[in-house]
Amino acid sequence: MKSYTKNSLQKSRIKESITVPRKTRFRESWGLLKKNKLAFLGLAIFILFFFTALAGIILTSGTNPYFDPSMVRLQEKLRPPLSDPNLKTLRPEETPKLGLYLFGTDDLGRDVFARMLQGAWVSLTVGFVAVGIAVLIGIFLGGIAGYFGQNHIRLYHILIALLLFTSAVLLFVGNKYLGVIFLIPGIASIIYTLLLKKISVKKAQSTRLQILHKETISIDTLIMRIVDIMLCFPSFFLILTVVALLPASIYNIMIVIGLTSWMGTTRFVRAEFLSLREQDFVTAVKALGISNLRIIFRHMVPNAIAPVLVSATIGIATAILTEAGLSFLGFGVPPPHATWGNILSDGKRFIFDAPWLTFVPGFAILIVVLSFNLFGEGLRDILNPKLRERY
Amino acid sequence: MLSFIGRSIIQKIITLFFVSVVSFLIIHLAPGKPSQVDPLNPKFTPEMVERFRKEFHLDKPLYTQYLLFYKDLFTGKTVSWKDNRSVLKKIWERFLNSLPLFIVGTLLTWTLSFPIGIRSALFRGGFYDRSATFFSYLLISIPGFFFAYILIIFVVTHFHVPVIGMETFGIGIHSLPHLVMDRIWHLLIPSVLGATGGIAVLSRYVRSQMLEVEGQDYVRTAKAKGLPPEVVHYKHALRNALLPFVTMFGLILPGLIGGSVIIESIFSWPGMGRMAYEAILARDYPIILTVNFLSAVLVLAGTFVSDMLYMVVDPRIRL
Repeated sequence: MKSYTKNSLQKSRIKESITVPRKTRFRESWGLLKKNKLAFLGLAIFILFFFTALAGIILTSGTNPYFDPSMVRLQEKLRPPLSDPNLKTLRPEETPKLGLYLFGTDDLGRDVFARMLQGAWVSLTVGFVAVGIAVLIGIFLGGIAGYFGQNHIRLYHILIALLLFTSAVLLFVGNKYLGVIFLIPGIASIIYTLLLKKISVKKAQSTRLQILHKETISIDTLIMRIVDIMLCFPSFFLILTVVALLPASIYNIMIVIGLTSWMGTTRFVRAEFLSLREQDFVTAVKALGISNLRIIFRHMVPNAIAPVLVSATIGIATAILTEAGLSFLGFGVPPPHATWGNILSDGKRFIFDAPWLTFVPGFAILIVVLSFNLFGEGLRDILNPKLRERY
Repeated sequence: MLSFIGRSIIQKIITLFFVSVVSFLIIHLAPGKPSQVDPLNPKFTPEMVERFRKEFHLDKPLYTQYLLFYKDLFTGKTVSWKDNRSVLKKIWERFLNSLPLFIVGTLLTWTLSFPIGIRSALFRGGFYDRSATFFSYLLISIPGFFFAYILIIFVVTHFHVPVIGMETFGIGIHSLPHLVMDRIWHLLIPSVLGATGGIAVLSRYVRSQMLEVEGQDYVRTAKAKGLPPEVVHYKHALRNALLPFVTMFGLILPGLIGGSVIIESIFSWPGMGRMAYEAILARDYPIILTVNFLSAVLVLAGTFVSDMLYMVVDPRIRL
């Protein structure tokens, strides 16, 4: 208590001399979040979902899981939720651990509660990994486009890239001899240009070599054209095509969703970087002689992160919906592993007799996606500087 | 103006070229061969596979295949690998089936979301606004297939009408009104489903746009002049709030070809989305690539149209 008063005394003294923010930015956002009831509810549901999924993966995996999602009890099929198991017909290891079927059983008598627990982890990881990939690519490309965008790609860059690309293709095809032949001049020219930069000898170049230094398009244009190209693909159809062609695995889905959804983040980060790089603190940091990478990641990314966080939160919701749609169509995680999408897809044949097989996973997806959307929208309001208190 | 049109057309053609290359590479470099779709089929002897590969140029190097494919596409000679029918004709048939869904869905989206959004903006913070906000989040978050089953259960148990397919199977000869009603019932649920997401997103957008315009100085001036509220809201504010939506007319073009894979496969609707889905399952590369190419064309055409419209409606924009 004493230290607290002393501390606050010190703080007030400091406040007299210089104006410091009364609260840290984090605590201020937290205060705003508590006022925004829907966003707070979203966060609460998200935390609950996170721990459910964590508990789910622990309790349903391994050789002898606590809840066995693939335990078939044909005599107990299509039991409604909250029904008691018929203990006479079950062997002791087949009885559900909760003493009742909380969410009922499916057409093979598998406990839907255990399957839902198993599926929660899939939804959680797909959402986070896919968005993680998308955000990383987005920050990387958007950062390059925003920070180095004005630099032009010179002709010899393209030539080196072509050399390396051909050698990579040749090596990939299996033609080692030709591949190495292309690889050596490629690497040699990289080392040569790097050395030239290090020594920075301004040699008078012949006009013939100056063609190699001719500027083509700027990096910004290049990256934005790549974004345009990616935006031309119908996203769900593209994801579906690639997932159908690749072997069925959860990792492929995560990667494909991630690789097809980074365009929005790239645009946000680029726009933020374009406005940030003109500001005084960046000039100050540059004057201190700090390296470009440190400027980008230590000073600019934290200032540009707000819109990325918002779009990432909403992106998680979209990724969970996409995964559910894919496993509903029968792609993705191979059975018997349960996902919320394939529980619903299996249950659709019994839609009138066993509606819980549709409603339990359906409402689970709905609530989780809704919580992410609400939290994301709330975050957008909270991180909006117009709503913050002024000092 | 002309130079802008020329530049953007050239840019779009270059983009289209890269799209065609990327989609071709994605499909052909993915593991698995189209000739191995059905390895257990006893009719698929090695000679058959060889003939198949020769027939569809699969034995040629990749760049030759690329050139041959797009040459065929532009001369309209591409055929489906599955049944040897012309791809464009197949797509056209399915497109005509998807068109009613698209039209009804778009009409529902655009007629419902404006009143909802404008009303929420005018009564900002009120009960109506908050419930509209919550419902739009709900509609954005609900998985389409789950919502489809809720609607199916509701309609089938309450109205006792069949909803799967384009018309009742084996409906036979009935009076004309009966047939028409049957068609309408079958059309209604899939198009409502297609519209829900659109209504939710668009009404939120209308609301925020309207709120922004209502805060402008000229609206305050109009109010201060003593104009009646209807004139202020609908003549001064709404007209300016509508500006960005004119451009969105261009952006609904891509929806023409996409169709919805999930909704069409739930309702067994023989449309574009379902055809694409079947083509993916059968590894019918010409159909996949053509659908992809056409939708890229529509996306680019849509952005072009929306740029043009923006220039027409907003005199401040001169490119």
